[in-house]
Amino acid sequence: MSSGGSAQLSLAGRPASVSLPRNIADAIRAHARAEAPREACGIIIGSAAAASGGAPLRWEPTTNVLASATLYEIDPAQLLRISIAADDADEVIWGIVHSHVASPAKPSVTDTGVAGYPDALYLIVSLAQSQSAPDGEPGIRAWWIVNREATEVPLAIG
Amino acid sequence: MSISVRIPPVLRTQTGGAKIVSVDGASLGAVLTALTAAHPDLREQIFEADGTLRRWVNVYVDGADVRHLAGLETPTHDGIEVVILPAMAGGSVAPVSAR
Repeated sequence: MSSGGSAQLSLAGRPASVSLPRNIADAIRAHARAEAPREACGIIIGSAAAASGGAPLRWEPTTNVLASATLYEIDPAQLLRISIAADDADEVIWGIVHSHVASPAKPSVTDTGVAGYPDALYLIVSLAQSQSAPDGEPGIRAWWIVNREATEVPLAIG
Repeated sequence: MSISVRIPPVLRTQTGGAKIVSVDGASLGAVLTALTAAHPDLREQIFEADGTLRRWVNVYVDGADVRHLAGLETPTHDGIEVVILPAMAGGSVAPVSAR
Protein backbone atom coordinates (compact mmCIF):
# COMPACT_ATOMS: atom_id res chain seq x y z
CA MET A 1 0.00 0.00 0.00
CA SER A 2 1.47 3.32 -0.99
CA SER A 3 1.29 6.25 1.34
CA GLY A 4 0.80 9.95 0.82
CA GLY A 5 -0.86 11.68 -2.09
CA SER A 6 -0.08 11.11 -5.74
CA ALA A 7 2.58 13.82 -5.69
CA GLN A 8 4.66 11.69 -3.33
CA LEU A 9 4.48 8.52 -5.40
CA SER A 10 7.77 7.16 -6.61
CA LEU A 11 9.04 4.06 -8.32
CA ALA A 12 11.16 2.99 -5.36
CA GLY A 13 10.55 -0.59 -4.27
CA ARG A 14 8.73 -1.65 -7.43
CA PRO A 15 9.60 -4.88 -9.23
CA ALA A 16 12.52 -4.45 -11.66
CA SER A 17 10.76 -6.69 -14.18
CA VAL A 18 7.37 -8.34 -14.58
CA SER A 19 6.12 -11.46 -16.23
CA LEU A 20 2.92 -12.22 -18.09
CA PRO A 21 1.62 -15.75 -18.71
CA ARG A 22 1.74 -16.77 -22.37
CA ASN A 23 -2.02 -17.47 -22.49
CA ILE A 24 -2.83 -13.91 -21.39
CA ALA A 25 -0.37 -12.43 -23.91
CA ASP A 26 -1.89 -14.56 -26.67
CA ALA A 27 -5.42 -13.45 -25.74
CA ILE A 28 -4.36 -9.78 -25.72
CA ARG A 29 -2.81 -10.13 -29.18
CA ALA A 30 -5.88 -11.92 -30.53
CA HIS A 31 -8.17 -9.18 -29.16
CA ALA A 32 -5.96 -6.45 -30.68
CA ARG A 33 -6.06 -8.16 -34.08
CA ALA A 34 -9.81 -8.71 -33.90
CA GLU A 35 -10.50 -5.05 -33.09
CA ALA A 36 -8.13 -3.55 -35.69
CA PRO A 37 -8.23 -1.00 -37.22
CA ARG A 38 -9.76 0.32 -34.02
CA GLU A 39 -7.67 0.42 -30.84
CA ALA A 40 -8.46 -2.49 -28.54
CA CYS A 41 -8.49 -2.37 -24.74
CA GLY A 42 -8.92 -4.52 -21.67
CA ILE A 43 -7.98 -5.15 -18.06
CA ILE A 44 -5.73 -7.69 -16.35
CA ILE A 45 -6.89 -8.67 -12.87
CA GLY A 46 -4.20 -9.58 -10.36
CA SER A 47 -3.69 -10.95 -6.87
CA ALA A 48 -2.16 -7.67 -5.69
CA ALA A 49 -1.00 -4.45 -7.31
CA ALA A 50 1.70 -4.84 -9.95
CA ALA A 51 3.65 -2.14 -8.10
CA SER A 52 3.72 -4.39 -5.00
CA GLY A 53 4.77 -7.50 -6.90
CA GLY A 54 1.29 -9.00 -7.37
CA ALA A 55 0.76 -11.67 -10.00
CA PRO A 56 -1.53 -11.38 -13.04
CA LEU A 57 -4.50 -13.78 -12.78
CA ARG A 58 -6.76 -13.24 -15.78
CA TRP A 59 -7.54 -11.09 -18.81
CA GLU A 60 -10.83 -9.25 -19.30
CA PRO A 61 -11.23 -7.87 -22.83
CA THR A 62 -13.41 -4.75 -22.94
CA THR A 63 -15.13 -2.53 -25.48
CA ASN A 64 -13.47 0.65 -26.71
CA VAL A 65 -16.42 3.04 -26.50
CA LEU A 66 -14.58 5.60 -28.64
CA ALA A 67 -14.32 2.98 -31.47
CA SER A 68 -11.32 4.87 -32.86
CA ALA A 69 -8.05 3.99 -34.56
CA THR A 70 -6.18 6.45 -32.36
CA LEU A 71 -8.11 6.71 -29.07
CA TYR A 72 -9.59 4.35 -26.55
CA GLU A 73 -11.78 4.48 -23.52
CA ILE A 74 -12.80 1.33 -21.68
CA ASP A 75 -16.58 1.05 -21.58
CA PRO A 76 -17.51 2.68 -18.23
CA ALA A 77 -20.19 0.03 -17.56
CA GLN A 78 -17.66 -2.78 -18.04
CA LEU A 79 -15.10 -0.90 -15.94
CA LEU A 80 -17.63 -0.66 -13.10
CA ARG A 81 -18.53 -4.36 -13.25
CA ILE A 82 -14.92 -5.54 -13.42
CA SER A 83 -13.67 -3.14 -10.73
CA ILE A 84 -16.38 -4.00 -8.21
CA ALA A 85 -16.07 -7.75 -8.80
CA ALA A 86 -12.30 -7.59 -8.31
CA ASP A 87 -12.53 -5.46 -5.18
CA ASP A 88 -15.20 -7.75 -3.68
CA ALA A 89 -12.90 -10.74 -4.33
CA ASP A 90 -9.87 -8.99 -2.80
CA GLU A 91 -8.28 -8.81 -6.23
CA VAL A 92 -6.98 -5.69 -7.96
CA ILE A 93 -6.56 -3.98 -11.31
CA TRP A 94 -3.09 -5.34 -12.19
CA GLY A 95 -2.79 -4.09 -15.74
CA ILE A 96 -4.54 -1.75 -18.16
CA VAL A 97 -4.06 -2.78 -21.77
CA HIS A 98 -4.60 -1.07 -25.09
CA SER A 99 -3.36 -1.41 -28.63
CA HIS A 100 -1.62 0.98 -30.97
CA VAL A 101 -2.52 -0.10 -34.46
CA ALA A 102 0.29 1.65 -36.34
CA SER A 103 2.67 3.19 -33.81
CA PRO A 104 5.17 1.80 -31.30
CA ALA A 105 4.07 0.29 -27.99
CA LYS A 106 5.06 3.45 -26.14
CA PRO A 107 2.68 5.67 -24.15
CA SER A 108 1.58 8.81 -25.98
CA VAL A 109 1.10 12.19 -24.34
CA THR A 110 -2.58 11.29 -24.28
CA ASP A 111 -1.84 8.06 -22.43
CA THR A 112 0.31 9.68 -19.76
CA GLY A 113 -2.04 12.65 -19.35
CA VAL A 114 -5.09 10.52 -18.63
CA ALA A 115 -3.49 7.66 -16.66
CA GLY A 116 -5.13 7.42 -13.24
CA TYR A 117 -3.85 4.10 -11.88
CA PRO A 118 -0.26 4.63 -10.69
CA ASP A 119 0.01 1.19 -9.00
CA ALA A 120 -1.09 -0.70 -12.12
CA LEU A 121 0.95 -1.54 -15.19
CA TYR A 122 0.02 0.04 -18.49
CA LEU A 123 0.57 -2.49 -21.24
CA ILE A 124 0.55 -1.52 -24.89
CA VAL A 125 0.43 -4.01 -27.74
CA SER A 126 1.57 -2.70 -31.11
CA LEU A 127 0.32 -4.15 -34.39
CA ALA A 128 2.98 -2.24 -36.34
CA GLN A 129 5.19 -4.72 -38.20
CA SER A 130 8.35 -2.98 -37.06
CA GLN A 131 7.35 -3.54 -33.41
CA SER A 132 6.99 -7.31 -33.58
CA ALA A 133 8.50 -9.55 -30.92
CA PRO A 134 11.37 -11.87 -31.98
CA ASP A 135 8.83 -14.65 -32.64
CA GLY A 136 6.94 -12.41 -35.08
CA GLU A 137 4.00 -11.81 -32.72
CA PRO A 138 2.85 -8.25 -31.99
CA GLY A 139 5.15 -6.62 -29.45
CA ILE A 140 3.85 -5.93 -25.95
CA ARG A 141 5.59 -3.48 -23.64
CA ALA A 142 4.82 -2.55 -20.03
CA TRP A 143 5.02 0.83 -18.36
CA TRP A 144 4.50 2.54 -15.02
CA ILE A 145 2.76 5.86 -15.51
CA VAL A 146 3.25 7.96 -12.40
CA ASN A 147 2.89 11.74 -12.21
CA ARG A 148 2.35 11.81 -16.01
CA GLU A 149 5.71 10.20 -16.58
CA ALA A 150 6.09 6.79 -18.23
CA THR A 151 8.88 4.39 -17.23
CA GLU A 152 9.30 1.09 -19.04
CA VAL A 153 9.44 -2.17 -17.08
CA PRO A 154 11.07 -5.17 -18.75
CA LEU A 155 8.28 -7.66 -19.55
CA ALA A 156 8.84 -11.41 -19.87
CA ILE A 157 6.17 -13.50 -21.57
CA GLY A 158 5.76 -17.17 -20.76
CA MET B 1 -30.04 12.02 3.99
CA SER B 2 -27.00 9.79 4.00
CA ILE B 3 -25.48 8.60 0.75
CA SER B 4 -22.80 5.90 0.55
CA VAL B 5 -19.91 6.64 -1.77
CA ARG B 6 -17.79 3.65 -2.66
CA ILE B 7 -14.10 4.49 -3.02
CA PRO B 8 -11.97 2.21 -5.24
CA PRO B 9 -8.55 0.97 -4.04
CA VAL B 10 -6.75 3.48 -6.29
CA LEU B 11 -8.35 6.40 -4.42
CA ARG B 12 -8.29 5.04 -0.86
CA THR B 13 -5.01 6.74 -0.05
CA GLN B 14 -6.98 9.98 -0.35
CA THR B 15 -9.68 8.79 2.09
CA GLY B 16 -7.34 7.45 4.76
CA GLY B 17 -8.10 3.90 3.61
CA ALA B 18 -11.89 4.18 3.80
CA LYS B 19 -13.75 2.02 1.29
CA ILE B 20 -17.15 3.61 1.94
CA VAL B 21 -17.65 7.25 2.84
CA SER B 22 -21.11 8.39 3.92
CA VAL B 23 -22.09 11.97 3.16
CA ASP B 24 -25.25 14.04 2.84
CA GLY B 25 -26.54 15.70 -0.30
CA ALA B 26 -29.75 15.98 -2.30
CA SER B 27 -27.94 15.93 -5.64
CA LEU B 28 -24.82 14.24 -6.94
CA GLY B 29 -23.07 17.61 -7.01
CA ALA B 30 -23.87 18.16 -3.33
CA VAL B 31 -22.70 14.63 -2.48
CA LEU B 32 -19.37 15.08 -4.28
CA THR B 33 -18.88 18.54 -2.78
CA ALA B 34 -19.40 17.09 0.72
CA LEU B 35 -17.08 14.19 -0.10
CA THR B 36 -14.26 16.44 -1.28
CA ALA B 37 -14.77 18.79 1.68
CA ALA B 38 -14.18 15.80 3.98
CA HIS B 39 -11.31 14.43 1.86
CA PRO B 40 -9.71 17.38 0.00
CA ASP B 41 -7.09 15.19 -1.72
CA LEU B 42 -9.92 13.73 -3.83
CA ARG B 43 -10.88 17.06 -5.28
CA GLU B 44 -8.54 17.10 -8.26
CA GLN B 45 -9.58 13.54 -9.12
CA ILE B 46 -13.24 14.52 -9.37
CA PHE B 47 -13.62 18.16 -10.31
CA GLU B 48 -12.15 20.45 -12.92
CA ALA B 49 -10.93 23.81 -11.61
CA ASP B 50 -14.26 25.36 -12.69
CA GLY B 51 -16.27 22.89 -10.60
CA THR B 52 -17.53 20.74 -13.45
CA LEU B 53 -17.10 16.98 -13.38
CA ARG B 54 -13.63 15.99 -14.60
CA ARG B 55 -13.61 14.42 -18.05
CA TRP B 56 -11.54 11.42 -16.97
CA VAL B 57 -13.51 10.26 -13.97
CA ASN B 58 -16.49 7.93 -14.11
CA VAL B 59 -19.20 8.47 -11.53
CA TYR B 60 -22.09 6.05 -11.19
CA VAL B 61 -25.38 6.33 -9.31
CA ASP B 62 -26.87 2.91 -8.64
CA GLY B 63 -24.74 1.48 -11.42
CA ALA B 64 -25.61 4.08 -14.07
CA ASP B 65 -22.99 6.39 -15.57
CA VAL B 66 -24.10 9.88 -14.50
CA ARG B 67 -23.16 11.28 -17.92
CA HIS B 68 -26.24 9.39 -19.11
CA LEU B 69 -28.28 10.77 -16.21
CA ALA B 70 -28.24 14.45 -15.24
CA GLY B 71 -24.55 14.73 -14.36
CA LEU B 72 -23.97 16.71 -11.17
CA GLU B 73 -27.69 17.59 -11.13
CA THR B 74 -28.66 13.93 -10.74
CA PRO B 75 -30.98 13.75 -7.71
CA THR B 76 -30.04 11.45 -4.85
CA HIS B 77 -32.09 9.74 -2.20
CA ASP B 78 -31.58 7.49 0.81
CA GLY B 79 -30.23 4.09 -0.05
CA ILE B 80 -28.50 4.86 -3.33
CA GLU B 81 -24.87 4.03 -3.88
CA VAL B 82 -22.42 6.32 -5.64
CA VAL B 83 -19.25 4.82 -7.13
CA ILE B 84 -16.23 6.80 -8.38
CA LEU B 85 -13.66 5.27 -10.75
CA PRO B 86 -10.87 6.98 -12.66
CA ALA B 87 -11.46 6.37 -16.38
CA MET B 88 -9.20 4.06 -18.34
CA ALA B 89 -8.49 5.88 -21.56
CA GLY B 90 -5.82 7.23 -23.87
CA GLY B 91 -4.61 6.51 -27.34
CA SER B 92 -1.82 6.87 -29.80
CA VAL B 93 -2.21 10.60 -30.48
CA ALA B 94 -3.08 13.81 -28.67
CA PRO B 95 -5.30 15.65 -28.17
CA VAL B 96 -8.40 13.86 -27.00
CA SER B 97 -11.69 15.45 -27.92
CA ALA B 98 -14.47 15.68 -25.38
CA ARG B 99 -16.88 12.79 -25.14
